[in-house]
Amino acid sequence: MLKKTLAALVLGSALAGGQAFAADYAIDKEGQHAFVNFKISHLGYSWLWGTFKDFDGAFSFDAAKPAESKVNVTLKTASVDTNHAERDKHLRSDDFLNVAKHPTATFESTSVKPTGDGTADITGNLTLNGVTKPVVIAAKFIGEGKDPWGGYRAGFEGSTTLTLKDFDIKMDLGPASQTVDLIISVEGVRK
Amino acid sequence: MRWRNSSTHYGLTSIVLHWLVAAAVFGLFGLGYWMVGLTYYSSWYRTAPDLHKSIGLVLFLVMLVRVLWRFVSPAPGPLASQGRLTQAAAKLGHSVLYLGLFLVMMSGYLISTADGRAISVFGLFDVPALITSIPNQADTAGLVHEYAAWALVILAVLHALAALKHHFIDRDATLRRMLGRNPG
Ligand code: HEM
Repeated sequence: MLKKTLAALVLGSALAGGQAFAADYAIDKEGQHAFVNFKISHLGYSWLWGTFKDFDGAFSFDAAKPAESKVNVTLKTASVDTNHAERDKHLRSDDFLNVAKHPTATFESTSVKPTGDGTADITGNLTLNGVTKPVVIAAKFIGEGKDPWGGYRAGFEGSTTLTLKDFDIKMDLGPASQTVDLIISVEGVRK
Repeated sequence: MRWRNSSTHYGLTSIVLHWLVAAAVFGLFGLGYWMVGLTYYSSWYRTAPDLHKSIGLVLFLVMLVRVLWRFVSPAPGPLASQGRLTQAAAKLGHSVLYLGLFLVMMSGYLISTADGRAISVFGLFDVPALITSIPNQADTAGLVHEYAAWALVILAVLHALAALKHHFIDRDATLRRMLGRNPG
């Protein structure tokens, strides 16, 4: 009995360890366990929060080889939502995101550099408002494992700061509001 | 001058309504055009749109009164000196002006109320949101508002040019009677 359990354990870990290639995950768009939020200072007095409701993407990840991870995300810029229809209309106009001309924003990782226990800097190309620039996302591994419905999930959070002018965003919101913080939280379901 | 229109003369009510609406249309167009280009730190950044919406909604009330008044006291008939085509063109032009006005005012209202927020009219009272379910409401209404506002002022300018033509070239009473200056 004990022998059998032990054998199963050894075999199990050998199989797990033997996964030389990283697993591929699709961002859980269906259940929407994924968020691309942002916050920007309002006059230096408070944070204005917003979110992008419509995006999709995929990543590959192996906890044993984090440096081999990859991630790509495509986002519909028109899905911006800050809880205020008039402002969202303004954000979609050419003063900000110019969604008529640039309906999608994309991020494609180029390298992942582990920085500590469960953390990594994800460098990649962000295309926003028609401008492509390298950005570094400070990412943190949150957890992975089986879900209660027969799938396998892994999740991360990450953040980066963008300078509006770098992405040709015309509107000047004042000295305290030259940058916007992106705060991303994604859960992927193993394909 | 009488309040009511007669078969040949405009009364004071129609004349005042006409010039009020004319001033509001050109004023709101200028204000709207100017306000969307304001910088964030301009002291008008918040007040200009508030004024635009408030004046626009008051204009809506004025237009309701104006349309009602047309039934209470119909406009004088066309001038006998004008040809049938001229009369028909004037009639069509006026109808489109009325339609354009309501289109611009209603689309403007739909922008600001798209997420259920009410519009405060000069801080005196609130006009509640009634329709919030049009897809991409703020953006769609915004596009309609922008194009319809341009169409409306262009038509209003043509309308004014036509009145001036009647006054200076045809030398008829068209403009004078809208100023309350026709004899008799
Ligand atoms: C005859 C009446 C009106 C005229 C001629 C007019 C004209 C204009 C013009 C020219 C603009 C700038 C459009 C652009 O370049 O984007 C504008 C914007 C606007 N108008 Fe009006 N307007 C009228 C009535 C109203 C009313 C009744 C409301 C609301 C109750 C309203 C709400 C707005 C709003 C919210 C904007 C800003 C749109 C944006 O953010 O781009 N307007 N209007």
